[in-house]
Amino acid sequence: MSSSETLTSQEYIQHHLTNLTLGVHPEHGFGFAHNSAEAGEMGFWAINVDTMFFSILLGVVFIWLFRKVADNVTADVPGGAQNFVEWIVDFVEENVRGSFSGKNAMVAPLALTIFVWVFFMNLMDLIPVDLIPHLFAQLMAVFGANPHHVYLKVVPTTDPNATFGMALMVFFMVLYYSIKMKGIGGFLGELTLQPFGKWGMPANLILEGISLLSKPVSLALRLFGNMYAGEMIFILIALLYSGGVVLAGTAGVLQFVWAVFHILIITLQAFIFMVLTIVYLDMAHQEHH
Amino acid sequence: MNINLTLFAQMITFAVFVGFCMKYVWPPIVKALAERKAKIAEGLAAAERGHQEKALGEQRALEVMKEAKATAAEIVGQAQKRATDIVEEAKSDARVEGERIVTAAQAEIERETNRAREELREKVATLAVAAAEKILQKEINIDTHRSIVDDFAKQL
Repeated sequence: MSSSETLTSQEYIQHHLTNLTLGVHPEHGFGFAHNSAEAGEMGFWAINVDTMFFSILLGVVFIWLFRKVADNVTADVPGGAQNFVEWIVDFVEENVRGSFSGKNAMVAPLALTIFVWVFFMNLMDLIPVDLIPHLFAQLMAVFGANPHHVYLKVVPTTDPNATFGMALMVFFMVLYYSIKMKGIGGFLGELTLQPFGKWGMPANLILEGISLLSKPVSLALRLFGNMYAGEMIFILIALLYSGGVVLAGTAGVLQFVWAVFHILIITLQAFIFMVLTIVYLDMAHQEHH
Repeated sequence: MNINLTLFAQMITFAVFVGFCMKYVWPPIVKALAERKAKIAEGLAAAERGHQEKALGEQRALEVMKEAKATAAEIVGQAQKRATDIVEEAKSDARVEGERIVTAAQAEIERETNRAREELREKVATLAVAAAEKILQKEINIDTHRSIVDDFAKQL
């Protein structure tokens, strides 16, 4: 399966870990980066087209599926799709009710979006690692591109941009609701006046500041790290396919086993991201903690 | 794996999806769920109510049946009493009628006896007159001695 006749293992892995980056290169001008070094040189003002494409595609799938059900929703006996959607909505609502004590109409839809969207994005990990990138490279080759320079990462959550994007939005919401619920004074007081009282203000600020800032970082890195590691193992297993019949057979078994195990991980990570978001927002809504 | 503009793009994408979900997806589904919950609760309450009504109805039916049975027994009793009365009445009527018939018959017998006696008397009188006529032949005028013969006949 691997297209590594002309690639070393290292290059193969590298190839899989590089996003399809569109931006302005200082030397080559506007265009897609031909390798990860070029992608780095493009600096901040570049965009990972593959991450954007797949995340939006999956988000649209989520919205389309749920919107279709919401359009035809009935309080009578539900059909198959409605049953499935209601099951998820019920599950999310139950979690929100269990963890979130405040009153905010936004938290539950937010949790639902996070859970389903992240789950869909993680689910891309179960598609054989080479399938879509290889097909895409062949397609691009038709248009005259060098297939070895066509990068594609199909799992948006293995791109820290995606996980940090979500985590930062959650973080901003935490800040917004902290200030909205407690006022600026209350929020600053929470940051500086505990746990040591007003004479330990610097220590308080350091402790509470770290705990506050660690929220989005841990949220983003946990999801990213898990998915990146899972993806990496799939890539390593895929490498075995080029090592003869015995190794290829082993790889087949390993890939299946890891995929089965990964089903648990992708669901769990989506669930953890959702629950932590709910918990952080709940803490933002509470006067004391 | 560089942090770049994708970060902001992802934040915007995320916000858009959350917003859409919050506006168009979540409320109708949750509303339907709440509606179904209310419907189910209503259905359960109705079932409970029906159950109670059934028990109540059964009890009422039992009462009505008992009442009907009592009424029926009363009617049967009355009917029996009436039947006995009628039989008694018929018996007494029959007795009276019998007595009347017997009395009438006796009266008739008496009248017949009297009539027969009268007839017999007249016949005897006639016979006596005839005998006397034969004995006396032309000496006695039947018209002049009529009263004597009648007296004689009456004494019979």
